[in-house]
Amino acid sequence: MSRAAVVNRWFGRGWLSLGYLFLYLPIVTLVLFSFNDSPVPNVWRSFTLKWYAALASDGEMLAGLWLSLKIAVLTACTSVVLGTFAAFALVKYKRFSGRTLFSGMVSAPLVMPEVIVGLSLLLMLVSMQHWLGFPERGLLTIWLGHLLLGMAYATVIVQARLHDLNPQLEEAAMDLGARPWQVFTLVTLPMIGQSLLSAWLLTFTLSLDDVVLSQFLSGPGATTMPLVIFSRARLGLNPSVNAVATLIILLVSIGVIVASYLIARRERIRAIDMAAAARA
Amino acid sequence: MSTAQRKAGKLAVIGVPYVWLLIFFLLPFLIIVKISVSEMGAVSVNDLVTYKDGVLALSPRLGNYATVVQDDLYFNTYLSSLKYAAVTTVLCLAIGYPFAYFMARARATVQPALLMLVMLPFWTSFLLRVYAWKGLLTEHGWLFDLITASGLDRLLAAANLIPAPGQLMNTPFSLVLGMTYMYLPFMILPLYSNLSKMDLRLLEAASDLGATAWVAFWKITVPLSKAGIIAGSMLVFIPCVGEFVVPELLGGPQTQMIGRTLWDEFFSNNDWPIASTVAVVMILLIIVPLALFNKYQAEATESRS
Repeated sequence: MSRAAVVNRWFGRGWLSLGYLFLYLPIVTLVLFSFNDSPVPNVWRSFTLKWYAALASDGEMLAGLWLSLKIAVLTACTSVVLGTFAAFALVKYKRFSGRTLFSGMVSAPLVMPEVIVGLSLLLMLVSMQHWLGFPERGLLTIWLGHLLLGMAYATVIVQARLHDLNPQLEEAAMDLGARPWQVFTLVTLPMIGQSLLSAWLLTFTLSLDDVVLSQFLSGPGATTMPLVIFSRARLGLNPSVNAVATLIILLVSIGVIVASYLIARRERIRAIDMAAAARA
Repeated sequence: MSTAQRKAGKLAVIGVPYVWLLIFFLLPFLIIVKISVSEMGAVSVNDLVTYKDGVLALSPRLGNYATVVQDDLYFNTYLSSLKYAAVTTVLCLAIGYPFAYFMARARATVQPALLMLVMLPFWTSFLLRVYAWKGLLTEHGWLFDLITASGLDRLLAAANLIPAPGQLMNTPFSLVLGMTYMYLPFMILPLYSNLSKMDLRLLEAASDLGATAWVAFWKITVPLSKAGIIAGSMLVFIPCVGEFVVPELLGGPQTQMIGRTLWDEFFSNNDWPIASTVAVVMILLIIVPLALFNKYQAEATESRS
C-alpha cells in the first residue's frame, strides 16, 4: 500500500477516534458524576447511590415523567399515522395542486426554530380558545405541538422507505386480484413496517425530550419531565439531574443497540432469502 | 376499482395531512403576523377590527416592526444570532466532513456500527447533553481544570472568546462549543448518506488519468457531495439561528441570541405583539436558507424515484 494511503488510513482513524471522544465525553462524564457523593456535582468525592434513591421520592420529577410518557406515546402513534399519510401523498401522487406548499409545510418543522413554532401554535390555540372555548392549555396542546414536529420526522423516514420499495410487488398483488386495501395491509404495510417502528421510536424520543414547545404550550399543572429538568438545570448543577440523565441514557442506549442488532440481523436474513430466491 | 373510489382515496390520503398542516402550521403563522400588528391588552391581545360607534375600525400598529428593525438591541441580537449560527455551521462542517468521509471509506462491515455510534448521542436527550457541558465547563470540573492548567484559557481570553481567563461558562466559547456539539450529528448524517453512495470507480478513473488523491478529493469527491454539504449546513444553520436551550444554559450576557429575546418578550414581558414581530422578522431572515433546504428536500426525493 502506498505511503499516502497509509497516512490517510491512520489520519482517518485518528480523526474518527477524536470525533467519537468529543461526542461521548460529556455523556460519560454525566453518568460517572451521577454516582458522586458531593454537594458540588462536578468534583469527585466518593461513590454513592443516594441520588438514585432520592429519585424514587422526587414527586415533581415522577409526575413530570408520567405526563411526558403519556404525551410521548400519544405523539408517536399519531405522528406515525399522519406521517404515513403524508409520505404516501408525496410518493404515490406525483402531481397535485398545491404540492409545493404541502411538501414545504411537511418538511419545515424539521429545521424551523422551535421558538417560532411554539409561539405561533400557542397564539393560534389561544385564539381558538377565545372563539370556541377550547382547548385548555395542557396535555392536549402540548401533544398538538409535538405532533407537528413528529409528523415531519415520521414523513421523512416513511417516505425514504416508500421510495425504495419495488412497485412491481404491489402491481403483482393487484394482478393476482387483491383489492387496494388488501394490497396496502398485506403487501405495503409489512414492507414499510420497520420504518414505521423507527418513526415511532424517533418521535417518541423527541416528544419525551422536548423543552421549548412544551414550555410554550403547557398549562398550569402540566409540567413535563424536560421542563422539570430544565428549570433545575437553569439554577445550576444538580445531581438529581445527573441521576435521571443516567437512567435515560441507559434506556436509550440499550434500545438503540438492541434495535440496531435486530435490524442488522433481519437485513442479513433478508439478503440470504433473496439470494436463495435468485438461485431457485 | 372504480375511478370514483380511486379519486376518493386520493383525496383522503392527500387531504388529511394537508388540512391538518394548514390548520396547525400555516394558520398559526398568519395569526402571528396579525398579532404582530396588534396592541397588547391586559390579559390578551386587543382585536384588530373593532366596532366603535357604528363604524368598523381597523387599527394595525406597525410600530413594532419599526422598533424591532431600528432598535440597536434587536438589530445587534439578530446579527449576533446569524453570526453564531454561521460559526457553528462552519465548525460542524470542518469537523463533520472528514468524520463522514472516513466513516464512508471505512470497512463495510464496520460502517453500521460507526453509524450507530453517531446516532446514539442523537437519540439521547438534547437537554441532558447540553447540561453535561455545563458540568464540564463549570469551575472545579476536571475539564475546567485541564483547560486552565494548560493555559488554553489565556489563549481563549486573548481571542476574546471568554471575558477573562478562568471563566469558561456563559461565554461565546461555551455557546459555540455547545452548539457545535449538539448539531454535529445533523451535519454528519446527511454527509455520510451522500458520501457512502458515491461511486468509487470515479476516483479510480481519476487516478488512472494521473490525478493525485488530493486533487481527486477536491475535484471529484467534494463537488459530488455538494448536496450533502448543503443539506447538513441548512440542518445546522437554520435551527441555530433561533436556538434557545443552548444559549440559555451555556450562553451569557455576551451572547445575545434572538431565540432568548423572543422567549423573554413572551414569558417575562408578556408582550405578545413584540414577540410575534421578533418571530416574523426571524422567519424573514431564514426564509432564503429555508427555501434552499426545501429545494434540496424536494430534489432528494425526486432523484430517488
